[in-house]
Amino acid sequence: MTTVDRGACPYPFSEAKGLDLDPEYGRLRDNGELARVRMPYGGEAWMATSYEDVKTVLGDPRFSRAATLGVDVPRTTPLMQTESNLLTMDPPDHSRLRKLVAKAFTMRRIEMLRPRAQEVVDGLLDAIEAQGPPADLVEGLSLPLPITMICELLGVPFEDRDRFRAWSDALLSLTAHSVEEIQAGRDGLRAYLASLVAQRREEPSDDLLGVLVHARDEEDRLTEQELVQFGVTLLVAGHETTANQTGNFLYTLLSRPELKRDLQQNPDRLDAAIEELLRMTPLGNTAGLPRIATEDIVLSGTLVKAGEAVVTQTAAANRDGGVFDNADEIDFHRENNPHIAFGHGVHHCLGAQLARLELQVAVGSVLRRLPAVRFAVPVDEVPFKTGRLVRGLQALPVTW
Amino acid sequence: MADGRWNVTIDSGTCIGSGVCAGTAPKYFTLDGGYGTPVADEVDADDEVVTAAESCPMEAILVREVGTDKVVAPLD
Repeated sequence: MTTVDRGACPYPFSEAKGLDLDPEYGRLRDNGELARVRMPYGGEAWMATSYEDVKTVLGDPRFSRAATLGVDVPRTTPLMQTESNLLTMDPPDHSRLRKLVAKAFTMRRIEMLRPRAQEVVDGLLDAIEAQGPPADLVEGLSLPLPITMICELLGVPFEDRDRFRAWSDALLSLTAHSVEEIQAGRDGLRAYLASLVAQRREEPSDDLLGVLVHARDEEDRLTEQELVQFGVTLLVAGHETTANQTGNFLYTLLSRPELKRDLQQNPDRLDAAIEELLRMTPLGNTAGLPRIATEDIVLSGTLVKAGEAVVTQTAAANRDGGVFDNADEIDFHRENNPHIAFGHGVHHCLGAQLARLELQVAVGSVLRRLPAVRFAVPVDEVPFKTGRLVRGLQALPVTW
Repeated sequence: MADGRWNVTIDSGTCIGSGVCAGTAPKYFTLDGGYGTPVADEVDADDEVVTAAESCPMEAILVREVGTDKVVAPLD
């Protein structure tokens, strides 16, 4: 067991740049180290970077998310997590809630939405083509697609998108907003979802919000607070992630013409390409949400004591050479790709199949409809947002 | 509450190794080589098994009544 104390390293190691992953993660992983880091808030934490360690922390119930609720735990976000939601729960509470909507997100059910996703993308690309080059694929495609899909699934009016997008943007802020703005984002989303829940009580519906209201009112399977926060989580997680990754994936394809050509010449590799881009595109700006060890557990030869915090860096785990051949290379012809971009264990992304569907349809359609698509500005002028939990483009100006 | 004996199988061709089952019902499911595996093929009826089966994103887990083969989960 390692006993040498070399002191905690200030974290984050550097400001995230574009889609680059700080090489320090790979160095720690390849050295077999469990890193000790001093987080911007809440003190020191351990950080897992290897595939095995990250999967253990995400999958082993002895690492608790619930223990971080309402506690000043080591973290990257300015505000403490004070409201319980799907992401802060452990089984069996987490299972009780997730089960209420899990059916709507199975591979089989999501596949039934493929024609609708294609219809939405076709309409968006029609508008982009009609308006003529140049166009911004963030405002024109990568944002409206997931927003439309989650709005229809959940039963949130698409016309309200400017309001909830502003709250959602603040909610997922690290340094881009003041703590007052972040708190206002939380409060705004809570009040908004509560109003939609109240509407369902006047007019019952069969969308997901309606299903949850029914589960609360008729079957007492969740509390009012759980109901409202479930709505917030589904709305925010249902669009921020895919919206940003769609832009990020297109950015990678346009900055690497050989990858774009490969995919255009081998359209049957689309699904494999999306999996590979999921593996290689770090969505998180920093390491993930903290967990608290509920018992002493050894990771990579280092003792994590009960009560200590551990964060995970899945993007580094997804480039672990012990699991992936040529781990740092993007290869659309990989046969085996057990990436953990959607996490692992009970918190494995509920919307993973929906995200896959949207990414496949969006990326596939752009390459088919606009085969000559390219940046409309020099690559280093394509603007990335900064200071947020997730990485993404401010705009994606293209011509074709 | 459930009663009787259940047969639990996982379609290995469908399982993506999300780890949801092993995290949801560790008494009944484990990960072997990265993929979900029932701890025992036959178990006493327990709602936790149904919760795991209904939470599987791939619907790869099939729970049936021993004897009748009636499907317990997943149900539509």
